[in-house]
Amino acid sequence: MWEALKRFYHRMGSPKWFFDISIKWSPWFLWIGSALMAVGVAWGLAFAPADYLQGNSFRIIYIHVPSALLSQSAYIMMAIAGLVGLVWKMKMAFVVSKVIAPIGATMAVMALLTGAIWGKPTWGTWWVWDARLTSMLVLLFLYFGVIALHNAIENEDMANKAASILAIVGTINIPIIKYSVEWWNTLHQPATITLTKKPTMAPEMFIPLVCTILGFYCWFAVWVIARTRNEVLWRERRTKWVKRYVSEHMQMTPSPASKGGR
Amino acid sequence: MAPWLEAKMLGCERDDRQLFDQLSFAVGEGDIVRIAGPNGAGKSTLLRILVGLSSSYSGDLYWQGQPMGRARYDFLDNLLYLGHSPGVKANLTAEENLAWNCQQASRTEIFEALESVGLRGYEDIQTSSLSAGQHRRVALARLYLHPPKVWILDEPFTAIDKAGVGRLEQTVINHAQQGGLVVLTTHHDLAVPVKTIDLGSSDFKPTEREGGIE
Amino acid sequence: MSISPKPQLSLTATMKALFKRDILLAFRARGDLLNPLMFFLMVTSLFPLAVTPDPVFLGKIAPGVIWVGALLATLLSLDLLFKSDYEDGSLERMLLMPQPTLFLILTKVFVHWLVSGLPLALIAPLLGLMLGLPDGGYLPLFISLLLGTPVLSLLGAIGAGLTVGLRKGGMLMPLLILPLYIPVLIFAASAVQSGSQGQPFVGQLAFLGAYLAFTLAICPLAASAAIRISVAR
Repeated sequence: MWEALKRFYHRMGSPKWFFDISIKWSPWFLWIGSALMAVGVAWGLAFAPADYLQGNSFRIIYIHVPSALLSQSAYIMMAIAGLVGLVWKMKMAFVVSKVIAPIGATMAVMALLTGAIWGKPTWGTWWVWDARLTSMLVLLFLYFGVIALHNAIENEDMANKAASILAIVGTINIPIIKYSVEWWNTLHQPATITLTKKPTMAPEMFIPLVCTILGFYCWFAVWVIARTRNEVLWRERRTKWVKRYVSEHMQMTPSPASKGGR
Repeated sequence: MAPWLEAKMLGCERDDRQLFDQLSFAVGEGDIVRIAGPNGAGKSTLLRILVGLSSSYSGDLYWQGQPMGRARYDFLDNLLYLGHSPGVKANLTAEENLAWNCQQASRTEIFEALESVGLRGYEDIQTSSLSAGQHRRVALARLYLHPPKVWILDEPFTAIDKAGVGRLEQTVINHAQQGGLVVLTTHHDLAVPVKTIDLGSSDFKPTEREGGIE
Repeated sequence: MSISPKPQLSLTATMKALFKRDILLAFRARGDLLNPLMFFLMVTSLFPLAVTPDPVFLGKIAPGVIWVGALLATLLSLDLLFKSDYEDGSLERMLLMPQPTLFLILTKVFVHWLVSGLPLALIAPLLGLMLGLPDGGYLPLFISLLLGTPVLSLLGAIGAGLTVGLRKGGMLMPLLILPLYIPVLIFAASAVQSGSQGQPFVGQLAFLGAYLAFTLAICPLAASAAIRISVAR
């Protein structure tokens, strides 16, 4: 058992192995994710009943909630990958940690935008200092910090380590930040209508939501794999296998795939 | 007996360039070891790896037969490292600097050490008003204050005048003769034969040449 | 000169020596200590100019204004926490002492708080006076600063450690640690607000105390890891 785990660890640590195997995982995530999204979106937009209070505007939850959830779990995944990299000196973990950051930040921006769009008809204004939106904004700030720190350090190895430490510290603090923002919100504002009221949500609204959430996670996996493969190619650009890979693929496509490695 | 400091298959890559690779050596009691090589060959980097300030290397380090990770504190207890910036605070006097850098030294001992590096009479002056060479000597005074077994010195002769160089050289030789270990980088030729670890060949294939001290 | 066995140094002796050294250094560079305080004073005096000199309104926003000012002043002072030690090699030296680095970092952070956070807490009541803070607000203001500024120093040490070797570290650091300051800001400002409205504020202060204990446990470790990375650069 232990030996198998160790073997797995060593293989995971090998960029080439990841590069070869991940191309086989991608389509699965892509198709399952797309199917889930198609079902969730069609059901959610066309068949689920309108909310008795918010009317049709509630339907934005089918994008808002998955992106909000994903941006939070992406931050934690980024920190865990960073921790694995720091403790076990696994370079691939750092690569994953690095590529997640901009994706998570994009999700946070999406959650904030959809929240604002929903806020206009519901609250009559684009922005309200609602607890969830504020927490999401702080999360976006945390992402900014990690990305900015990574960009500021030229040495890739050091940048990985420093950004990982920041991500870990941020993750430890996220529950405290969330708690304090919620506490602050109840102090200053009467309870407002929030976007997600779990207890009252009817199953025909809820099931499509679960579909889109799972769909988002699958798509996220596709995205992470693609970015990781890109990053691996760049980092290993001087190795034989990458040179061989690139030359093979140059022949296959008429126009040279000369997109920047990053 | 196990050698004091041992490196096995040490490799270091910096900014996409292999500084050294498969470097193995074992040094110990009574050795003076000179890391040789042209500028940019990775001499300082090697010293920083040896003392544990840099962790971006491959291979293994041992202290008295124990893996460095396990023997770290024991090693640090026996280590004196002088890097490019040797930790002399400009806003402290020479005496205050030494009192912090070598906390177990008494006042008299500090004065004696300052005497040994030719800074007697400067103990009350903030090091910011000393010259570069004097600044360097404040750092070197640590060699005379309860010196530990292992000295790792990065370009110790920089900015030191001729007389000072001679005295410093003698100090290094004495330390080795009394059973200490000195690892240093320098372009200065020492008066005694030394072990050399050469990082310098242009093809970046370090070889180990044995000097040897009788 | 002979190689005699070195007398063993205890951790507390080293911490004491470092404490003495840092206090001495802070005293030698008094001007640097005054800068954050003057900044604190100036930033808070901008609000009456920018918003309104009306004492009632100012009294209402005073808790937040003073706390935001204190937070920014701390950011300003944090830039100096490890900088000179990094530049002259003292930080390397500390990493190579046969003592756990995190205790040395803790000592440095403590001195930093003594010479930056504590003075902020001491002059804050004066700013409260200028901003028309209601009478009940002074006690929670002082205590919240006393409990909150060490947290700012501790969390700040991580940011300072991560950015110490960078050319533009001073600009980057606020980005890294401001989000982490939010819980302190919320509870501290709320304590002062409650106090000035004659309401109980012990709960908020208790949170600050707990958060202080928490950061005391994790920050020195994270900061020394950060410094190890910065020094390896």
